Amino acid sequence: MGNGTSIGRVRGLGSSHSGTHHWLASRLTAVGNLVLVPYIIISLALLPAYDFATVHAWLAQPLAATAMVLTFINTFYHARLGVQVMLEDYVHEAPGKLVAWVLVNFVPVAAAAYGIVSVIRIALGGA
Amino acid sequence: MAQARSNRPISPHLQIWRWGPAMLVSILHRITGNGLAFAGLGLLLWWVGAVAGGEQSYQTFITYVWTGNGASPAWLTAILGKMVLFGLTWAFFQHMATGVRHLVLDIGAGYELNANARWSILTLVFSVAATVLFWAFVLTRG
Repeated sequence: MGNGTSIGRVRGLGSSHSGTHHWLASRLTAVGNLVLVPYIIISLALLPAYDFATVHAWLAQPLAATAMVLTFINTFYHARLGVQVMLEDYVHEAPGKLVAWVLVNFVPVAAAAYGIVSVIRIALGGA
Repeated sequence: MAQARSNRPISPHLQIWRWGPAMLVSILHRITGNGLAFAGLGLLLWWVGAVAGGEQSYQTFITYVWTGNGASPAWLTAILGKMVLFGLTWAFFQHMATGVRHLVLDIGAGYELNANARWSILTLVFSVAATVLFWAFVLTRG
């Protein structure tokens, strides 16, 4: 491992052995989103009204709640993979790269958890 | 890697290349994808959290994002909210179309120059048409 050229610094470090999985997971979640997101937006477009009672009653149905939970898992996973690629392309220096790496692992999980807890509360919380 | 900065040649960036449909939709795929990831999922979380929070929090969401009646900041945020919603709708359809394009390219099809340019342009046509049709449907029915 040299310290001259860019290629010299990475030579010998080997592969991370996770690139193919990242790529495949991105495609699989893309196909999932292709089903889930149109289902959600078409359902929303077909709602008779957008007052609280109508929207809440729709989201409380088992099918809509299931689709919404799956949408949170799938979209945040897909977004997390895509944002990681964007960060890898634009954030090169050590401190920012470390911060970005931590955030891209934590934030999507926390955000998806908030969304799922919200759906569970709507579906099971009564009211 | 502090030593990463050097005067060695770097690969040319956007301003060097002649623009073409494939380049445009590739860049749009990244921009719309990251826009959806941050603004789209952010708004979706606010919405579902507002519904879970009850009638009052849902009404706050609707006021600030759509209707704008009531307090003075809501008047402005409702205009922005509509622009963001229209923009996110277009971003979704564009990202979906270029995403399907990528799945086709992944199986090794669609690299012939004319076909590649044609399908790239069609993703743009699709995203604009789908956005207009979607909102025309939502806004014009009772």
